[in-house]
Amino acid sequence: MNGLAGTGRLTRLALRRDRIRLALWVLGTPLLGLALAASVTGIYPDDSSRLGYARTSASSVVARAFNGPIVGPDLGAVVVAETYVTLALLVALLSTFAVVRHTRQNEETGRAELLGAAVVGRYALLAAALLVVVGANVVTAVLLALGFVASGLPVAGSVAAALAIGGVGVAFTAVAAVTAQLSVTSRGANALAAAGVGVAFVLRAAGDVLGRQTDDGLRVESAWPSWLSPIGWGNQVRAFGGERWWVHALPVALLAAAVALAVLLAGRRDLGAGLFAARRGPARAASGLLGPAGLVWRLHRGALLGWAVAVAVLGFSMGVAADEVNDMVGENPAAAEAIAQLGGGANLVDAFLAAMLGLFALTIGAYVVQALLRTRGDETDGLLEAILATAVDRIRWLTTQVLGAILGAAALLLLAGAATGLGYGVVAGDPLGRTASLGGAALLRLPALLVVAGVVTLLVGLAPRWSVALSWSALIGFLLLGQLGAVLDLPQVALDLSPYTHVPSVPAVDVAVPPLVALTGVAALLLAAGLAGFRHRDVPS
Amino acid sequence: MPVISIEHLVKTFGAVRALDGLDLRVEAGEVHGFLGPNGAGKSTTIRVLLGLLRRDAGEVRVLDADPWRDAVALHRRLAYVPGDVSLWPNLSGGEAIDLFGALRGGLDRRRRDELLERFVLDPTKKCRAYSKGNRQKVAIVAALATPVELYVLDEPTSGLDPLMEAVFQDEVRQLAHSGATVLLSSHVLAEVEALCDRVSIIREGRTVESGTLTELRHLARTTVTVQTARPLTGVEALPGVHEVRAVDGRTSLEVEPAHLDTLLAHLVGFGVTALTSAPPTLEELFLRHYGDASANGHRAGAGAR
Repeated sequence: MNGLAGTGRLTRLALRRDRIRLALWVLGTPLLGLALAASVTGIYPDDSSRLGYARTSASSVVARAFNGPIVGPDLGAVVVAETYVTLALLVALLSTFAVVRHTRQNEETGRAELLGAAVVGRYALLAAALLVVVGANVVTAVLLALGFVASGLPVAGSVAAALAIGGVGVAFTAVAAVTAQLSVTSRGANALAAAGVGVAFVLRAAGDVLGRQTDDGLRVESAWPSWLSPIGWGNQVRAFGGERWWVHALPVALLAAAVALAVLLAGRRDLGAGLFAARRGPARAASGLLGPAGLVWRLHRGALLGWAVAVAVLGFSMGVAADEVNDMVGENPAAAEAIAQLGGGANLVDAFLAAMLGLFALTIGAYVVQALLRTRGDETDGLLEAILATAVDRIRWLTTQVLGAILGAAALLLLAGAATGLGYGVVAGDPLGRTASLGGAALLRLPALLVVAGVVTLLVGLAPRWSVALSWSALIGFLLLGQLGAVLDLPQVALDLSPYTHVPSVPAVDVAVPPLVALTGVAALLLAAGLAGFRHRDVPS
Repeated sequence: MPVISIEHLVKTFGAVRALDGLDLRVEAGEVHGFLGPNGAGKSTTIRVLLGLLRRDAGEVRVLDADPWRDAVALHRRLAYVPGDVSLWPNLSGGEAIDLFGALRGGLDRRRRDELLERFVLDPTKKCRAYSKGNRQKVAIVAALATPVELYVLDEPTSGLDPLMEAVFQDEVRQLAHSGATVLLSSHVLAEVEALCDRVSIIREGRTVESGTLTELRHLARTTVTVQTARPLTGVEALPGVHEVRAVDGRTSLEVEPAHLDTLLAHLVGFGVTALTSAPPTLEELFLRHYGDASANGHRAGAGAR
């Protein structure tokens, strides 16, 4: 077939380009699954604890919404309930980004034009992307199945569960293959497909919440919305609870349909074009845009809005969930201890809330890193050179970027805390008071984010070439120290490296001012050093 | 007082000596051509002039200021068009122009609209949708609509069509007419010939030639083709004569301007039946300065070195 000429070569090119990403994905996902499964096995070691878990999971609205429908009291069923949604979301997003990266992004950058002028068929890029991404999902599923079997779970259930997760990846490979045809930009194609992941999550959650608890009280039969969601399909396989193998055909059917649609669209549109016409903008700039601050707001408002929606929805859900923490883990000392380790303090609900606020602060750290690294992106693009050749002071320019990122982070923290408080208040009473108090508690995490901003600024100022890799490494390091440090019994000196270690875990413990002041001081030093470095270095470098 | 004065400028990147004692002098009110092969150090020089890169040695003054120390104040008095224009993908072209204008300290709105019309640029398109040529137009309009004393243009027309190129030349002439100074880095020799009062040619981080085009021409050799009644002998031995070749019974050679007279006196003795003489084209002039390897095999290439 002519339209596929060159697919083999392009597939090898994609494998070569992504050899590190793919290796991390294909090995990392099963490893994460295994680690989660091992911790679940430790927390629910015997039949009685698992019966209790299944019963609460089947009756709890929150457990149904976030963990999916429980399919029984077997160890495998508990492992699936605790890991499936996380892994499904992970492979869904990984597959989406990979497909767009190898299709629309190539068109956007002009690489596809260069390739298309060679002996390469119209559908070869799409075919190569699908081969690579579907292949990655298949390998991931095989390794995951082997891992489950190796950790002692029954073979049939292990294979069904691993295929369910691989199936989610395949389904979103299909979705992204279509969205890559629709939007002109890779950002747009990613956003459309990621919105698809969100919709699938919500549909599944709705179907599972509306589902029926079986008469023995240990299982949930999902309502019809779950069947509309590719993430829901994986639950309907019922791994470790009387497997329904035919459900695995659904993602494959979706892939076939999506490939047909994508080929139809690709065959009708011009290279580089989309189905949505590029929007136009104003011929003149509004006066609000004309300055560093206005520009920062304009460039970041879209991302900020997306983050705001995400933290508000998550915060509210976590707040609602907090009320059930006592019921869910009250009888299970291991789970209670895990939460107490994250959140600290004696009161289980407060510990849970504090742990959630801590997680929000870590996640919002990613917003800070991404917002500040934009300066480095502008530098490599050549845009920063043009900006600094105007009458803009370097210090003022970078300070505006830092302030923008910090204000954005503060707003997100406040929103996350307030939404959590509101959710908790709605079920436990006093919504206004809890909105205010948890909003305030969340804001107390800001000094840790100031340090994150300081680290990124320091790197942009003094080690620009390494700033992207080192900034993300630092944030991931803080995350690992926070999540694994206590579990792995790391020495306190190591834990102290993370700014998040020093933020008092309010509301589980009382506010302590000295560490907050110290963190702010450290952040100020880092920022000053970074700004001075930026003032005195070559641009571009 | 020159607008730009560079003496013995050195800039190194690690082990690479990008600028190696470069000199450049641009007088007020002139359009100065800045030429050199790829990688010669043109953009590096311009970045030092703009205070983006820090010099390692040498003297640099722009509009009587130190570009590194007084960057912001200096930037109010100049406008820059980079060689590779990158813009904010989600802003419209009009917004980008206004933003650059505002960051430079204000632009002339009437002039902006006039330039948009002359360059046939649609300001409502998002920057990501622009072609290379149109992105360049955005940067050109933003720079030319700002009333400043010095315009630094780094290969500003490499993506423009001939029609737009003509509009650009016309606009630069008007700038020069109104008393502004222009530093124009370019590979388009016709553009340089049409616009520049003086040119500087750099190679491997050093200035190899600087002056008016007439002066530069004067330094280069004339190609002479001659047919004589009797076999021509002894020309190789004449001073200032190079590249002597016999072609179809004629002799072709190159001669340095100062020795043309001696050559002619020698030729007369052999009974000249035909003679053509061609001054160096601009192309030949530049090729002579652009690199050793390409010059050696080239017809007009052998330099006076």
